[in-house]
Amino acid sequence: MSERPDAPDRDTLLAMFEIQSRIKLCDERFRSLLTSGQIQLIYYSPRGQECISAGWGVHLRPDDYVVTIYRGLHDHLAKGVPLRELWAEFLGRATGTCKGKGGPMHITHPASGLMVTTGIVGSGIPIANGFGIASQLDGTDQVTVVNFGDGASNIGAFHEGLNMAAVWKLPVVFVCQNNLYGEHTPMAMSTGVEFISERAAAYGMPGVTVNGNDPVATWTVMGEAIARARAGEGPTLVEARTYRFYGHLMGDAMEYMDKDERKAAMEADPVVLYREWLLANGHASEGDLAEIEEVITAAIDDAVEFAMNSPFPDAAELYTDVYAEAQQ
Amino acid sequence: MTDTIETSQAVEHPVMPFAGAINQALDIAMELDPKVYLLGEDIAEPSGGVYKVTKGLSTKYGTHRVRKTAISEAAIIGAAVGSAIAGYRPVAEIMMMDFMAVCLDQVTNHAGKIRYMSGGQTPVPMVIRTSAGAGRGFGAQHSELLEAWMIHTPGIKVAMPSTPADAKGLLLTAIFDDDPVLFIEQMMMYWDVKRYGGPVPPGDYRIPFGVADVKREGTDVTLVSYGRQVHDCLATATKLAEEGISCEVVDLRTLVPCDEEAVFRSVHKTKRAVIVHEAVQKCGFGAELSSRIHEELFSELAAPVQRVGGANTPVPYANNLESDFLPQVHDIEAAIRKTL
Ligand SMILES: Cc1ncc(C[n+]2csc(CCOP(=O)(O)OP(=O)(O)O)c2C)c(N)n1
Ligand SMILES: [Mg+2]
Repeated sequence: MSERPDAPDRDTLLAMFEIQSRIKLCDERFRSLLTSGQIQLIYYSPRGQECISAGWGVHLRPDDYVVTIYRGLHDHLAKGVPLRELWAEFLGRATGTCKGKGGPMHITHPASGLMVTTGIVGSGIPIANGFGIASQLDGTDQVTVVNFGDGASNIGAFHEGLNMAAVWKLPVVFVCQNNLYGEHTPMAMSTGVEFISERAAAYGMPGVTVNGNDPVATWTVMGEAIARARAGEGPTLVEARTYRFYGHLMGDAMEYMDKDERKAAMEADPVVLYREWLLANGHASEGDLAEIEEVITAAIDDAVEFAMNSPFPDAAELYTDVYAEAQQ
Repeated sequence: MTDTIETSQAVEHPVMPFAGAINQALDIAMELDPKVYLLGEDIAEPSGGVYKVTKGLSTKYGTHRVRKTAISEAAIIGAAVGSAIAGYRPVAEIMMMDFMAVCLDQVTNHAGKIRYMSGGQTPVPMVIRTSAGAGRGFGAQHSELLEAWMIHTPGIKVAMPSTPADAKGLLLTAIFDDDPVLFIEQMMMYWDVKRYGGPVPPGDYRIPFGVADVKREGTDVTLVSYGRQVHDCLATATKLAEEGISCEVVDLRTLVPCDEEAVFRSVHKTKRAVIVHEAVQKCGFGAELSSRIHEELFSELAAPVQRVGGANTPVPYANNLESDFLPQVHDIEAAIRKTL
């Protein structure tokens, strides 16, 4: 049996805070630049879901793989995609992670282990199995974490993918970031089970639901699942319950969301609560945390400036990268 | 010009957004026939669809007839196929055309083939409405036009209107047609009343499939197009008229069936043809049509038929690349000049 990780030490606690803050501050910057009209793009805010990515982020090694979705900024940052290239890609610049050709829905940065970002609901799941197969065949102990939403658990790819992973004991952790909505539809209106994790039983793999807004609980569950995968014991479905603060995408009127529910979720901002918890429990001083935030803010200033001053891709880039060779 | 377009302009019907015309057609069809029902993601209230195209319909007809589904494209199309065979007239929505890839088996192996495989016993009278198109910075997986996939599958009819009035009349025809119809709506046109709005006659009217509409008459070159690119053709025609080049713009409106006769009539007159569509040019519908024009009118042509389509690439994200991907007025103009 894989060993149950102990409680997180101080460094781990602060590393999680750093990732969460990086996500929160990046998101705030995106939204403020979008609102003021300084940038224009389709933006899926991950605000509210920070603790989930931080929870697996601190367990992963640089050579582990991550697959995610259009709402992926938090996952990109948790896997260590560098800020400058990330911002440049969001703004469609030549210096972006994908030369400006993929955009925010398709961030790819193999150097960080961020392998695929998909805009097709559920499609990352079978692809994650492929990374798992490669690690299995290579005989490495790399782990793949694939992130998707509650809505994605209703599409065929989810069911086919989980079954295959269980049969082949693939080193994959399926992280369902359950923010209670799929686009404009509340989960209860589209999903026949109360907990997505119940579905794991149908495929013969462990399934666990965790409060994804509780960083330590999430860290513990992710740690167990990742350790299991690394030890060759097979996949786990982790359902991390959370909330999306800003609806499906920027500009969403959110008329289908319960106002009080959203207000309560935002008042229980997991990043703010975690910050208070760190202070109250003596894990860090106000100065420690403020310093982390200042460093991130400076790095974001730098990344925004870098991205804004970067050129758009050269017109010839339209035709490159379609095939291995240049197009005829 | 068809009666519809002429009358609509003559008596000044209210100008509507493209999306509003689709909504009206759905409303009329549901009112007329209790067998018509809708299914798709997010289509019910309060949101009424992510583009608000189905706004109000679930309130009016109930959620048993305006069925909001899970994110399950294969299940959506499969359910439409089954209920169509059982006598209903489902109108399924696939939110964006790229997601057709997720349910292609149900569309091509089932919706498209079942009438034939059953020797005509089990028709599949259903509509798949889908929004499509580049130009909004959505990147490679939310921007494609894939009509050629469906045209290449015998058994499926395909419509792709360019104006609100055509959209309404064609959608009503589609719903009451006894075959599966793929109905393609370019997102850029939904709510942009200034560029794509137009007068829409009230009430129930039908525009038959397989009847093209000459949106502008001309004598020097025929521009054949469909969907949003008809507007680009009209803009090009206006521009070239200043130099005395007279373009005729033929809007196909439906691709299966395709009004080839209308195209041949026009090209017979102008001796020149340029085919324009947003989909990737390679193996696009333009290739088929160009071949047909050459087969029928080869000896009359003053120049080889030209095609203008999307670049042979996935749709890029960066703004500048995305507009280079799309066929633009200057591309159409250049193609026309090649024929002159
Ligand atoms: C196959 C497919 N169908 C529909 C869509 C449109 N769509 C994009 S996001 C989304 C909701 C997904 O919800 P969920 O999986 O819960 O993820 P969340 O956005 O909540 O993070 C839908 C329906 C899509 N991108 N892909
Ligand atoms: Mg969700």
